[in-house]
Amino acid sequence: MPLPYYVSPEQMMQDKAEYAKKGIAKGRSIIAMEYEQGVLLVADNPSASLYKISEIYDSIAFSGAGKYSEFENLRKAGIRHADLKGFMYSREDVTARSLANGYSQTLGTIFSQEIKPLEVEILVAQVGEEGRQNEMYRISFDGSIFDERGYAAIGGRSEALQLFLKERYKGEPPALKAALSLCTSALESITNQKLPLEGIEIAVLDRTRPGRKFRRIPASESRQILS
Amino acid sequence: MPSNPDDHGSSFFDYLMQQRPDLAPSGRAWPAASSFPDDSRMAPLQPLPHGTTVLAIKYQGGVLIAGDRRATEGYQIAGRRMDKVFKIDEHSAMAIAGAAGPCIEMAKLFQTELEHYEKLEGVQLSCEGKANKLGQMIKANLPMVFQGLVVLPIYVGYDQKRGEGRIFKYDITGGRYEESDYHAIGSGGKDARNSMREHFRKDLSEADALRIALVALYNAAEEDVGTGGPDLVRGIYPTAKQVSAVGIKDVEEPHIATVYAALIDARKRGN
Repeated sequence: MPLPYYVSPEQMMQDKAEYAKKGIAKGRSIIAMEYEQGVLLVADNPSASLYKISEIYDSIAFSGAGKYSEFENLRKAGIRHADLKGFMYSREDVTARSLANGYSQTLGTIFSQEIKPLEVEILVAQVGEEGRQNEMYRISFDGSIFDERGYAAIGGRSEALQLFLKERYKGEPPALKAALSLCTSALESITNQKLPLEGIEIAVLDRTRPGRKFRRIPASESRQILS
Repeated sequence: MPSNPDDHGSSFFDYLMQQRPDLAPSGRAWPAASSFPDDSRMAPLQPLPHGTTVLAIKYQGGVLIAGDRRATEGYQIAGRRMDKVFKIDEHSAMAIAGAAGPCIEMAKLFQTELEHYEKLEGVQLSCEGKANKLGQMIKANLPMVFQGLVVLPIYVGYDQKRGEGRIFKYDITGGRYEESDYHAIGSGGKDARNSMREHFRKDLSEADALRIALVALYNAAEEDVGTGGPDLVRGIYPTAKQVSAVGIKDVEEPHIATVYAALIDARKRGN
């Protein structure tokens, strides 16, 4: 019997991380930003039907960057988790924190145990109601989880985006118009080209809406907001 | 898709049946009625649920669904404020006759089912698709029917493709039948249907449909002990919802109260 090759754990993890990072770097980026009435999510996405941003539950949204098939599976698992919890207990017991923890566990386990890590980075946002704060969690391919304030960015050029936003996002959450134009100019700054509004996917978690807070903003409406 | 073992499809109901049968309404292992030593303890099998009148009636541009508020336990009144009309999503509602617990559970499960589908698929189910899914859920409840726990709904939805309101009734095996004008079920259902037959015509106005529905519930309550009429002392009135192109809307209680005040006044004067 041939002896299996020995690979040190450090080497293995490094290789996996490199592989996952390479996969994510190919993908486009997504920004989540707190604004006056809730959380704004903006994605560089030329497709009008294959979404990167979607609704998980009443006040919770999900967005994924990287490999579509992989984050789509995570999105579905999140919806099942949330709907089951809401059905078993109550709608108010479904929280972004528990969902983000679940994602962190899943991604962490796959990263350390499977041969191929998931090439995804995901973001879970919850709009705070009745005076509670908004929550934004960024979960990376190895399961590490970051609690973000103000804004968060995931995807290929997330570091450059964060730098760009760090200089410009100051203090109190801006109005929708200001937040949207900041997000689009951030996305434009890393792609070095003018993005048509049809190529940007926009959604909000708006705390002033009754019931389900998630709403997509079509290009026609975003044009109006920005004008 | 079958090639992916982790994929449970887009149905929450199926997911629950596979993954958490303990939470699914019909997934629990109930003993058959005959395995009880004393069969008299079991409720006798009822072909129709006892108690309750719930009804639906079409009008121009939509459909109205309404129900009384009484819950009974044998000859006792178990509740005076039961709401038997449930909003399911922005364009549909259901009203249920039968055993209260399983009825409420089914309404809640159906609400989750439709929302779950919408979120997973990114589009809403069609009106037809929703009505069929409800039929399957009622079929899955069939073992419970033999325990005396009947759940029988009327389902109404606004069909955005056809641009009209639709009414669906069901039997205990999940059979789904569409009604073209109006329908009522429950122990007072026959009385309510008779009442609506007298007054119904095509393309009713919203106000006329509401009045006809409330009169039908009043008449049913006069003939049937399982149905509660307007309770003027406590200020409890039947509930109603309107489903139309703009979405679902509750009919305000003060509005229902005025309709009943006028009706009772007319009856006192002998009209």
